Amino acid sequence: MNEAAGMSVLRARGLRKEYGKGEGLVRAVDEVDLDVGAGETVAIMGPSGCGKSTLLHLLGGLDRPSGGAVLVNNRRIDNLSEKALARIRRTDVSYVFQSFHLMEELTALENVELSALLAGRSPRAARRRAEELLDQLGLADRARFLPSALSGGQRQRVAVARALSNEPSVVLADEPTGNLDSAATLDVLRLFEELHQSGQTLVVVTHDARIAATADRMFSMRDGAFVDETTLTGGTAGQLGALAGLEG
Amino acid sequence: MQQEVVLAMLAKEPSHGYQLRARLRDALGPLGDAMNDGQVYVTLTRLEKAGLLAVERSNAGGADRSDRKVYALTSDGQQRVAEWIAEVSWPRPDLAEFHLKLIAAAAAGLADPLTIVDTQRRELLRRLRAAQRAAMAEPERSDAALLLEGIVLRLQADLRWLEACEKNWTHRRSGS
Repeated sequence: MNEAAGMSVLRARGLRKEYGKGEGLVRAVDEVDLDVGAGETVAIMGPSGCGKSTLLHLLGGLDRPSGGAVLVNNRRIDNLSEKALARIRRTDVSYVFQSFHLMEELTALENVELSALLAGRSPRAARRRAEELLDQLGLADRARFLPSALSGGQRQRVAVARALSNEPSVVLADEPTGNLDSAATLDVLRLFEELHQSGQTLVVVTHDARIAATADRMFSMRDGAFVDETTLTGGTAGQLGALAGLEG
Repeated sequence: MQQEVVLAMLAKEPSHGYQLRARLRDALGPLGDAMNDGQVYVTLTRLEKAGLLAVERSNAGGADRSDRKVYALTSDGQQRVAEWIAEVSWPRPDLAEFHLKLIAAAAAGLADPLTIVDTQRRELLRRLRAAQRAAMAEPERSDAALLLEGIVLRLQADLRWLEACEKNWTHRRSGS
């Protein structure tokens, strides 16, 4: 998959993260290779404690690997200085977290705007971009609300708007529906489907099969390693008849 | 297609075969693709022979011979539909077969149960993706969207069970 290495937005080679020493050594991430192509949605599923969140942190430069390499747009980021890494996190990579991580004292608009400002936009451009995104995500009338006045689904949509405000090469999402009820999950699901259609590259770590099923490819992770890769495209609604009791 | 379903879909008013098919298609949306028209006509003929449907001739309709017929419920047919509506039935998923497959595979060393779980999950996720996309493509509150939601929820339940299988078999393996 993605043989044309030049097309990979995000790449990992032999990625490792270890904690402890000797007998107590834990390999949280164990020799992971990954290629994510431009515009692709990739899901990583696995039981809790399998290392999938740690992997996501390594991919986004939030944490340093014990070994191996991470490349964003063909540039190694695992060996960058703190300062250079911080710049990558502001400009090239964005995060969506399970618990939203919005600034509680800032309005929805200001939360989104802040990330555009940090990515180096002028105040005017940042404001315009933030308004545009909130409008796209159906939150125009909530722009001046504080996060505490928003529902869980709305907060997660603001977090997604914030993640998009710097036009990142890749959005990394860690259990984006983990704290949401099923109606709000559906909102986020539609949103991810739209992002996918708009060509945004996405990597989602999740327990939620519905979110995983928006992906083109899915990896199963166990004990720090990928044990299965699945291409999810190609299913048709016609095959669903049996599930509805329509055959025979 | 189940006889009672066809009968019940005709209960609204006497209808041509093509009208019945259109009604089924509206209700099933993309799942209607799996519907076999020939089978619908076979069912209609059976219902007619069983005295549950009466056939009136009509000049309207398509070129197909059976499309010139208008089907109407007899009083026996109405009785059958009423009984069927009152009946409690629910499709039974075949969990035991999969469960026993894992146990047999592990016991005889035929395959790694976790590999079987992975393969199954792959299939279910592909279907979940297809169902979800089909549901999102439907207009809100359409009949077909509601059916697709049911499929999505069932697949989710199956996937959750697979997760439990995975956890259990991982535990057994590391325990032995």
